Amino acid sequence: MSMLPPPTSGDALPPANRMFGALPTVLSSLLAIAVALFAGAIVLALSGENPIPAFEALFSGAFGGQREIAETLVMATPLILGGLAFAVASRAGLFNIGIEGQMVVGGLCAGLVAAWDPGLAAVIHLPLAVLAGMVAGGFWGFVPGFLKAKTGAHEVITTIMLNYLAYRISTVVIGQEALPLVNPALQATQPAVDAARLPRLLEGTRLHAGILIALVAALAVWFLLYRTVFGYKIRTVGLSPGAAAFAGISWGRTIALAMLLSGLLAGLGGTVDALGLQGRYYNITLGLGFTSIAVGLVGRNTPFGVILAAVLFGALAAGATKMQNTAGISRDIVYVLLAFVILSVSGLAVVQQLRQAKRLTARARARTRDRAAEDAGDPMVEPPPPPRTI
Amino acid sequence: MTDRVGNAAAPAVEMRGIVKRFPGVVANNGIDFAVRPGEIHALLGENGAGKTTLMNILFGLYHPDEGEIRVNGRPVRFDNARDAVRAGLAMVHQHFMLIPRFTVAENVILGAEGPGLALDREAARERVAELSAQYGLDVDPEAVVATLPVGMQQRVEILRALYQGGKTLILDEPTALLTPQEVDELYSVLNRLRESGDTIIFITHKLREVAAISDRVTVIRRGQTVGTRETAETTASQLAELMVGRAVSLRVDRPPAHPGEAVLVADDLHLTGSQGRAALNGVSFELRRGEILGICGVEGNGQAELIEVLSGLRRPQRGRVLLKDQDVTATGPNRRRRMGLSYIPEDRHGRGLVLPFTLTENVLLGNVEDPPFSLGGRIDYPGIRTLTQRLMRAFDVRAPAPETPAAALSGGNQQKLIIARELQREPDALLAVQPTRGLDVGAIEFVHKQLVAERDKGRGVLLISFDLDEVMDLSDRILVLWEGRIVGDFPGGRVTRTELGLLMGGRSLDEHAPAAD
Repeated sequence: MSMLPPPTSGDALPPANRMFGALPTVLSSLLAIAVALFAGAIVLALSGENPIPAFEALFSGAFGGQREIAETLVMATPLILGGLAFAVASRAGLFNIGIEGQMVVGGLCAGLVAAWDPGLAAVIHLPLAVLAGMVAGGFWGFVPGFLKAKTGAHEVITTIMLNYLAYRISTVVIGQEALPLVNPALQATQPAVDAARLPRLLEGTRLHAGILIALVAALAVWFLLYRTVFGYKIRTVGLSPGAAAFAGISWGRTIALAMLLSGLLAGLGGTVDALGLQGRYYNITLGLGFTSIAVGLVGRNTPFGVILAAVLFGALAAGATKMQNTAGISRDIVYVLLAFVILSVSGLAVVQQLRQAKRLTARARARTRDRAAEDAGDPMVEPPPPPRTI
Repeated sequence: MTDRVGNAAAPAVEMRGIVKRFPGVVANNGIDFAVRPGEIHALLGENGAGKTTLMNILFGLYHPDEGEIRVNGRPVRFDNARDAVRAGLAMVHQHFMLIPRFTVAENVILGAEGPGLALDREAARERVAELSAQYGLDVDPEAVVATLPVGMQQRVEILRALYQGGKTLILDEPTALLTPQEVDELYSVLNRLRESGDTIIFITHKLREVAAISDRVTVIRRGQTVGTRETAETTASQLAELMVGRAVSLRVDRPPAHPGEAVLVADDLHLTGSQGRAALNGVSFELRRGEILGICGVEGNGQAELIEVLSGLRRPQRGRVLLKDQDVTATGPNRRRRMGLSYIPEDRHGRGLVLPFTLTENVLLGNVEDPPFSLGGRIDYPGIRTLTQRLMRAFDVRAPAPETPAAALSGGNQQKLIIARELQREPDALLAVQPTRGLDVGAIEFVHKQLVAERDKGRGVLLISFDLDEVMDLSDRILVLWEGRIVGDFPGGRVTRTELGLLMGGRSLDEHAPAAD
């Protein structure tokens, strides 16, 4: 199991509503953001800056106009896909900390295919490049899933190791002087040919078709998790391995496939970033894969929640640029602020999940040991566990 | 501090007007309960009647919202279990709280080490030996707890209670894990404790135990005291009626069986268990259509492994499983389910249900891949929802809607949902493991009727239970499982508890039975 309990909040709701399972927590998430901003304000004040214009710049940078909103969505795009990747793995009871590596290999492979120019039409070349990124990411996710299924190797360890491996492979491939598809001096692939670029959606902004891919992916993940046999198996395995065994659901097969799917989504995240935003794959670690974990947690591992969380993180990233440019606040402070927000929001999510898990275990304990569980009156409601003693 | 003994005429424990509310539930709604010093007082009630809440209040784990507690006539207010222990109360838990790798003496002194860092093991050991001898507990203080049988472990718990200075012992469902012989031995220990002046509160939902051991009995129902009786002046059916609130049939109404051909056959099953010990050591039997075949035995004698092998979760190392004359030894649970084997698992929460899932989603468990539940990988949720509603009506599953999470249901309703799901497949053979564990009398009646009804429809029902009464009440044939072997095979109704108990304990029927049934 992962370090975190399997998320359960959304599951109390009927399937149709579960896509919106994050909504009740929006309020508490907003509170967490406020706390983070307040902490950030203190840091700003301590470093001799006036926080108020800084935050004005942050907000207007994120939502101040069409271009700003477009920029927020651009930043959110890979995070939606990364957050979905985290959510799918979490639903199967796995902690995919390897989204970063899956994004790297996805972006690299997509970038290479996109830089290759055999004169294909866009309808062929673009899907091919996207497919290359997805397959590479999927493979990078499948390996730790397969290892866990076969040998029990913990996915947190294997995915972290695969992250490093992905960085190194990327560096080696990009550094190949003899390979015409790469530019070692720039530490990037050659630019994607036009036929392999994701089209721009709005002139004068950087908004590209990747956002549509991300939104379709969110819908697809929702459908898969809550409407298909495979999604049912993933959720059963994640919530109750014992019940899965009873139902004849193969745990190993299911988690391996869930990790494949998770890696595929992460690879797609790396791909849209390369083919949409950058126009080529850069061998730089952006840490998007790690932010994606926070996105998944804050979004409660529901597709709609992930979209909301990704937009929030995208807004912070976009606003931070403006804050840096107009309010003249040093880059470091901006990152401190970002870190506060991530810490506060995901800290809240973790606390809530822990509390939920505690409630569930207390409930189970109340059932098996303390028969008071079903004490008089309404049999539908459970009393709280006894207070701790000593 | 005045006298330790208090008023001799006062009740050892008196609880008056106890009210305890939980959000949305009144667990105790004005309970009056008084225990005379030196008596064995049974606290009888269904699961969920409020017994355990009441005892947790007495033991300082909960604060009552209203009401008064007196110990030896003196009003008390406990903030935690330590206060209760200091007042001379001691709890023997249903699930033992012993550390398996420690010796008896080490376990007994745990939590009562006294001040300072030094641990006087020798003195502790002697005191434990002394207490053991005094009450005839016959426990070796040097024995490692893990090596002791369950009945002995329970005595260690009792020893610990006495060591802590307990004068009033609370035993929470103490017979749940014991063989009939161990129960008899427990009774004699309790009688000796009573003779030496200790007071005992005996929590149970079994009428037989009330009659066997208690001097008086207090019945609670739905959080309220419905009466206190002298045990000698009441009958089992009167108590049952008090407990449930209506007349209940204590016996299962079971017309004679008409067994047909074999539907599930175990043929010389062998399996090595987790500790490398043989868990199944050549188990063979035939389950026929139209019969309930009961398998009794003490927990841990191969039941879990037998179930896994029969349901398809594990492969035996040797032997075969035949389902409707087909060898299914190598097939998994789904294949067997499709061939007509349904399975009511013992662990509702860990196996039979996914608690956070809705009722609809739980109906899908084990069925999800089969039409009409899904077609082409897509689940037919509207269809399953309708089916769930139908099953909820037919099996009286009380829940607001099919969208309710299974975790919100009471144990009885959860079990009804599982049974509904398993029976809607119209199986040829039904594997029912501990089907009434933790259920109240009403739900037990329901489950038993369902099992008999399945039998009368010509299905084979294999009942595996640790509750000997259940096996004896329901079975047309009884097998005894001991150390992975079938050591007894009787027609139902032709064997006594004592005989079964001897076999369950690994002894033979030639031995002299220690106590009459």
